[in-house]
Amino acid sequence: MFRRNKPLPRREAISGRQHGLSMAVKTYLLRHAQVLVSSLGQLSRTPVATFMTAAVIGIALALPTGLHVLLDNAQQLSGGWQGATQISLFLKTDTTDFQARTLANRLRKLGEVEDVHYISRQQALNEFKALSGFGDALKALQDNPLPAVLVIQPNNKARSPASTSLLLAKLKAYPEVDIAQLDMQWIKRLYAIMAIVRQGVVILAALLGLAVLLVVGNTIRLAIQSRRAEIVVIKLIGGTDAFIRRPFLYSGVWYGLLGGIIAVIAITVALLIISGPVGQLAALYQSPFKLSYLGLGSIVNLLMASTLLGLLGSWLAVGKHLREIEPT
Amino acid sequence: MIRFSDVSKRYPGGQEALSNVNFHLLPGEMAFLTGHSGAGKSTLLKLVTLIERSSRGQVIINGQNLSKLPRRRIPYHRRNIGIIFQDHQLLFDRTVFDNVALPLVIAGVPSNEIARRVRAALDKVSLLNKEKSYPITLSGGEQQRVGIARAVVNKPPLLLADEPTGNLDPDLSWEIMQIFEQFSQVGVTVLVATHDLDLIKRMSNRRLVLEQGRLIQGGEA
Repeated sequence: MFRRNKPLPRREAISGRQHGLSMAVKTYLLRHAQVLVSSLGQLSRTPVATFMTAAVIGIALALPTGLHVLLDNAQQLSGGWQGATQISLFLKTDTTDFQARTLANRLRKLGEVEDVHYISRQQALNEFKALSGFGDALKALQDNPLPAVLVIQPNNKARSPASTSLLLAKLKAYPEVDIAQLDMQWIKRLYAIMAIVRQGVVILAALLGLAVLLVVGNTIRLAIQSRRAEIVVIKLIGGTDAFIRRPFLYSGVWYGLLGGIIAVIAITVALLIISGPVGQLAALYQSPFKLSYLGLGSIVNLLMASTLLGLLGSWLAVGKHLREIEPT
Repeated sequence: MIRFSDVSKRYPGGQEALSNVNFHLLPGEMAFLTGHSGAGKSTLLKLVTLIERSSRGQVIINGQNLSKLPRRRIPYHRRNIGIIFQDHQLLFDRTVFDNVALPLVIAGVPSNEIARRVRAALDKVSLLNKEKSYPITLSGGEQQRVGIARAVVNKPPLLLADEPTGNLDPDLSWEIMQIFEQFSQVGVTVLVATHDLDLIKRMSNRRLVLEQGRLIQGGEA
């Protein structure tokens, strides 16, 4: 494309080459644009088949993406629950009532602490007697076996799991404290489960991405086979591999993009459908939680990923099958 | 334009399809390549178009030694050759215009230039009025003329025709040969593979006769 047959005189050669180069680039881009449009035209001639292929791609992409959106929602929801985190400090049994109250006052002044609630040994015993049903058995004991408890409510600064753990370690270091216990084990477990699910989504996305590659690859393979005669003729009259490859690659791009659009629509519709029941559930818990949809950034990412998968799938198919077709 | 020097071609596991073929066609020369089926006509044409490569010897086309041509350069080599097939090899889902335009599209010719040159080529084969037709609606002779227009639209220095009159009656065959004759008169080298002996007798062109892979007439020692 950039070759010249005859060398031009020096000055002309420079301007001529620039002119030729910009013309060549222009022609090149124009041809790509033409193939882009004509390959879409080719697909639109078989709308049902094209839609079915794109729908398979769309569903394959919608599954992991939809799960990802649900996970994000779950994380948002559980983030609100962390406000319920409390730390219980069980004081040593030889701590006096006065020492405990002093400690409570000192802790209230810490930056990470919202509030401290003091439960004395006697209060604890009364509570235990009332709730456990072992009241009579306790009467047999001479001493109150229960420790005094300080219930710490961390403030906003200390609500992430990591900073809560730091606070826990700090509180444990006080000499009066026997055991410091975090009442958020279940949230940690929930997070752990969500981390597993998140990994699962990644694996699912990888598998279904592979499925998209195979679907596009197979569709392009069939397209190549059905146009075998045409490919042979084009090769015989001097069509380069790139020229022959181009319409198939753009078909793959279109399949990917259409599949991505279908995935976005499928996810949005699914979220719309479940948003009603979710709203009702949230209302029952007096929660202001609202289902979040696919953001613009996610949509752009999804479409780019699907288009790239389409391109890659057709690239693989074209690379493998075009070589096999040679004039004989 | 075409030079074969001691060219042999042996297919894997088969006998020699061509043995020690020597000949030289000058620019503007028109020659017939004849011989019985299986004498090696198709193989010879395949060596020129690089569908096959020679086992021994050198094929030099337009100054280019084909045994040294890498695979990725083959398309550019073929753009210098207009090929006419017995079965036309037209694309039936495209109009006559689009069929003839294909070599220019492949070569990246700008579209206004394409229209001009396609019409010029169709004019040469007297099919200007059929540019919007589909090949399926044309007669056999007309289809072959579309094939010729496609082969020459790029103005290649070399035309190859493989049994171009195989399916045509004598009058149409004669007409086709006259078209080839005209191209050779303007400097195009034309090589026509045919076993239509009656037709060859009516023309005075050079003959290359193959028999069991050997060139028994029209070659050089």
